[in-house]
Order: sequence, then structure tokens, then C-alpha cells
Amino acid sequence: MDGIQQSTINNQQLIVPTMADYMAKGESPEILFWVGCAGSFDDRAKKITKAIVKILNHANVKFAVLGTEESCTGDPAKRAGNEFLFQMQAMTNITVLNGYEVKRIVTGCPHCFNTLKNEYPALGGNYQVVHHTQLLQELLDSGRIKIEGGTFKGKKITFHDPCYLGRANDVYEAPRSVMINLDAELMEMKRSKANGLCCGAGGAQMFKEAEKGKKEVNIERSEEALSLNPDVIAVGCPFCNTMMTDGVKHFNKENTVKVLDVAELIAQAKDL
Amino acid sequence: MAPSIIFIVLFLSGAIFFTINARKVRRNILLGKDIHRKDKFSERVKIMSLVALGQKKMFERPIPAILHLFLYAAFVITQIELIEIIMDGSLGNHRMFRPALGEFYTFMVSFIEILSVLAFIGTIAFLSRRNLLKVPRLVKSELNGWPKLDANFILLGELTLICFIFMMNGADEVLYRMGASHAQNLNDGSLGLSITSHLGPILFGGMSEHSLHVVERVGWWGHIVMVLGFLNYLPYSKHFHILLAFPNVFYSNLEPKGKFTNMDSVTNEVKAIFDSSFVPPVADPNAVMRFGAKEVTDLSWKQLLDAYTCTECGRCTSSCPANITGKLLSPRKIMMSTRDRLEEVGKNMDANKGEFKDDGKSLLGDYITPEELWACTSCNACVQECPVNIDPLSIIMDMRRFIVMEQSAAPTELNGMFTNIENNGAPWQFSQADRLNWKNE
Repeated sequence: MDGIQQSTINNQQLIVPTMADYMAKGESPEILFWVGCAGSFDDRAKKITKAIVKILNHANVKFAVLGTEESCTGDPAKRAGNEFLFQMQAMTNITVLNGYEVKRIVTGCPHCFNTLKNEYPALGGNYQVVHHTQLLQELLDSGRIKIEGGTFKGKKITFHDPCYLGRANDVYEAPRSVMINLDAELMEMKRSKANGLCCGAGGAQMFKEAEKGKKEVNIERSEEALSLNPDVIAVGCPFCNTMMTDGVKHFNKENTVKVLDVAELIAQAKDL
Repeated sequence: MAPSIIFIVLFLSGAIFFTINARKVRRNILLGKDIHRKDKFSERVKIMSLVALGQKKMFERPIPAILHLFLYAAFVITQIELIEIIMDGSLGNHRMFRPALGEFYTFMVSFIEILSVLAFIGTIAFLSRRNLLKVPRLVKSELNGWPKLDANFILLGELTLICFIFMMNGADEVLYRMGASHAQNLNDGSLGLSITSHLGPILFGGMSEHSLHVVERVGWWGHIVMVLGFLNYLPYSKHFHILLAFPNVFYSNLEPKGKFTNMDSVTNEVKAIFDSSFVPPVADPNAVMRFGAKEVTDLSWKQLLDAYTCTECGRCTSSCPANITGKLLSPRKIMMSTRDRLEEVGKNMDANKGEFKDDGKSLLGDYITPEELWACTSCNACVQECPVNIDPLSIIMDMRRFIVMEQSAAPTELNGMFTNIENNGAPWQFSQADRLNWKNE
């Protein structure tokens, strides 16, 4: 009961304006929050979305979402080889984004981040795109949010690099420098940063059965993370989150090891 | 006089034969589609200096990197001595640079000798890693047969080459001390080379002058024959990387690794759907219009250059999440298959007056199977790992494009995902109208 009540209270505080709202007022936001399909529909990922919104609300960031005008970036279609469907999605989204004269975008998902940042320009969509961990770093650096240790003080946290944030775009430091503020003990897996091991979801694998092999990729990766005996496996991608959560469950460690997005760590540390 | 003629004939034949084969390789690579990689000259020179010349990515794994550095340095520096050997061989001289260069000559050749000893150690270590220690990435199934043999041939060839160098210099040292060397006697009592001034007398001391001359000549001729043999072996071997690493890194993809190519042919069609007044540019009527890659000729010249550059070290495969967990995919095998098929296409053309005659085979299906392609998570670990910036992922993606857009043969679940995106703008069956429901949940 308490949990539900708590979330109701928090939800009452969520302020989520849409681009259409801003348009109606003749204003424009600082940044568009691209929620993504997982962030909109996946029960676990929705919590990450809310954590991001809570932080944005707390820091008084003038942001907006596209709401029902948002559609899949086309990433899974492109990685699966369906360039046609990808470009149809991209052009539809670009029409909407350019219609609202969007300049800057923050995403809750490294796949959306990569696609919007790298693959939309060739189709006429030019935006400054940041991943939410980069925006968090910005907010912390500029003092718009402050964290004094708290919830995660002394806890052991290891970060699993999302391929589409790390290797794909060379962003390794933003999530780490954000987590430094938690006063936690940050531990690195042997395979981390440029050598990080995939969670197994990329390249549209999330939407199909794995090819036959001797092990699932997420089990291999979770095993590596769990070998550090962490309290938290931190992630920066809703798909990595699913894969690592499943992996932790596979080893029956879900009661002792939490899989949390960097945004959730910050929101919880701030008791948002 | 006769040795000079034999040398010149041998050298020229070696050079000509290599040129013929290298041109074939070049022709094969240029069967690939054009791709723009000629921009950003200074950035390209920089990456080539760091990654190819400077071996930057090799040092991610320090032990093989150091061993490889021994061989690499020896190979590069020995080329200087080769100049003298070619001059001596053609003109019938012996150590013609020594009197003129003096101390510097002794220093250079001594340096080469030290590097040769290190290269010898490196080669032995590499042979042990492959054949005794059986380092996992060096004994994977795709190396069975010719690739394994190829690797060992090269290493044994290198050992032989180094032995010839020490025979040549060692025997000459003993001869020089006897005053019987063909090198000009500078009355300094010894050639003064770092290794052979000690090793020479140990190995060859006490041999007759005649025998020493035989040993010296066997070393000298053996050395140059090995060098020419090695050069001509390259186009048939994975070892071509010693030359191709440089252009391959120069033409690297300089964009973020996550940025996959935009298919302009598709853009034209999509634009036409969005805007009925859009007139797509006229396509080359002779070009085969095909989405994605079924055959090596559907790939770009850079992807084909990648295939020839691959030295099958397997760093890609050992970091591939699919391969680590026992799936069929091996990025190294993707590169090996691409090269094998390209070689086959090239031979087909040679046999048919430069025209490719349909052999009923293709890269997709006969060399690379859909099961391999669908195991990829597009994580870029293989691309990150490659010490010479080969991009196996781009080939995997181009072949997926063919399977999906030309064959409509995507795995069933993926077709479901496509339908969902088409119908409701998300990979799952949720209505776009519900996209903001989380706000009130």
C-alpha cells in the first residue's frame, strides 16, 4: 500500500508538458525529452522515464515530450536490415521535430540517442542530441541539481556500458562522473568502457529469440557483474536493464542486487 | 658476372610476379562499390600514423603486442639492409656501404641483428602460442586447414629468414677475422656487429675457408630468396596485412561507430512516397539495382580491402558476445569468407577473359549463412578490437539488408516487430495514442 501511495503522491507532482502545449502558448522548451518506445510502454522502463522527469522537474528544466506524436526512431528496423521502414519512421519523425523547430533533444535510451544523433542528419533532421546521463552531468556540473551522498553512500555499484552509448558514440565518462556524486564505491568490470560486453539485446536481438548457442549473452554479462558482489548494477539503457534484470534473476540474486538506471540512482539519492 | 645476372633475373622476376598478383588483388578490391573515403586527409594521416605505424590498438593486449612489435620493427628496419643486398647483388660487390658509412654502418647492421634476435624470440613465442599453448582465438574452427597452415608457414619462413641472416653475417665475421672476407678489409679485425661478432666464431669458428664461403653464400642467397618468396607469398596469404594495414587504416571509417550507412537508393523511394512531386535522380541503367549485399560485388571497395587486410588474429571473434556464448557467428570468419569468395570471383574472371561467368554461387548462402548474420548484436566490439580498423559489422548489416529487403526472409519475430512499427509506431503492439499513459499511471 505504502508503495502505491508513494507513487501516487509522486505522480501528482510529475509535470510533463508536450510540445503541443508549448506551441499553444507560443513558447519553446529548452530541450525535448525523447521518451522512446521502451520508456513509454515497458513497465520497468516507465519507472526510468518517471525518474528522468522527476529530475527535470526538480531542476526546473523547461522540457517537453512529443507524447502521442512520438513514434519509434526506427533503430530496431535499421539494425534488422529494414532500411525502408527505418527511413519511413525517420522521415515521419523528422517532419514532426522540424515542425516544432526542435533544437535540442535528450533521450532516455542510447538507441534513440544514436539514431537521432547520427542517422537523422542524412535525412534532414539536425539536432543537438544528448543521452540522459550527459544531461544529468550537465545539471550537476552547473549546480542545477545537487546530491549529498545519502541513499547509496558506501554501496557497491558497477556500471554496465551500453554499446550504443559507449563504443558507438564514445561516451564513457558521463554516467561515471554522474555516479561519483553518489558517494558510492564504483567498481569496474573487467570488460568495461571500450571493451564492455554487450547485454545481448542490441541489433534487434531484443525482438527475437537468440540464435542457438551454449549460453545467453545476458547470463554471461550478469555473471561478470555479479562476480564483483555489487549492491547495484547500474545501466543507462532500458534494454540493458531488461537483460541484466533477467540475468540477476537467473542467478536468484534479485533480492540482494538491484539493477537500476543512472537516472533512478540520482532520483533515489535525492529522494525524489 | 654470372651471379649478378642470376641475381638481377631472380630479383626482377620476383618483382614482376608480385606486381602481377598485386594488380589482380587491386582489381578484385575495385570490384566493390564506390564509397567516399578520400576526405579529411590530415585526419587520415594521423590515424594511419597512430594505428598502423604506431600499432596503437595492438597494445590493448600487451603480451602479443610486444612480441608483434619485435617482428614488426625487425621487418621495417631490415628493409634498409635490403637496399645494400640489392646493390651488392646487382653489382657484384660485398658490403659496399661499409667503407663509406663506417661507424654508422656498424650501428645499423648491429641494430638489425638485435631486432632479428628479438624477432626470433617473438616468432618462437608465436609458434608456441598457436601450436603448444593453443591460445583460444588462434585455434578456433574457422582456422582449420589452410589458415592454420598459412600461419605456421609464415612463422617458419620468418625463422628461416632470420637464420639465413645470422649464417650470412656470422660466417662473414669469421672470414673477415681470417682476412678472407670479400668485404673490403678496413684493418679493424672484425665486422664489429653486435650479435655475430660473438655468435659467428661460436657457430662457425674452426671451419675451413671454403666451407665458410659456402655458408656465407647460402646465407646471403637464402636471405634474398626468402625475401622474394615472402613477397610473392603475400597475395596468397593472410600475411598481406603487412602492406595493406596502412591503406586500410588510412581509409578507416571516421564517423561514430554507431552511425550506420544511409541507403540513398531507399531515401529516393521514401522521398517519393512523402512528396509526389519528388523526382529521384536517374540511376545508372547498367548498375544492378539491389538493396543490401548478396555478393562480394555488392560490398564497397573498403569492405573488400578489409577482407584482404585481415590477418585472422581473431581479436574480433574473441570479443564478440555471440561467439563467446557459442553462437555460429565469428566476425573473423565473415572477413575470411568475404576474401575467399572474392578470390573465387577473381579467378573466375581470370579464366573467362576478365568477365565473371555465373557460377551459381554467392557470398550469402554459400559462404556466409543467415544463422551467422542473425546472431549479431551490432555491439561494435569486433570493430573496436580490430588493430587495423576492419569493420565486419558493416558487412553483416549489408547482408541483413539483402535478406530483409530483397528476400523478405527475416526471422518471423522480426517481421512481427516490423509490422508493429509500421502499424503503431513501436516495436510492440501498443497504440501510439497510449504513448503518454505512463504519466498518469
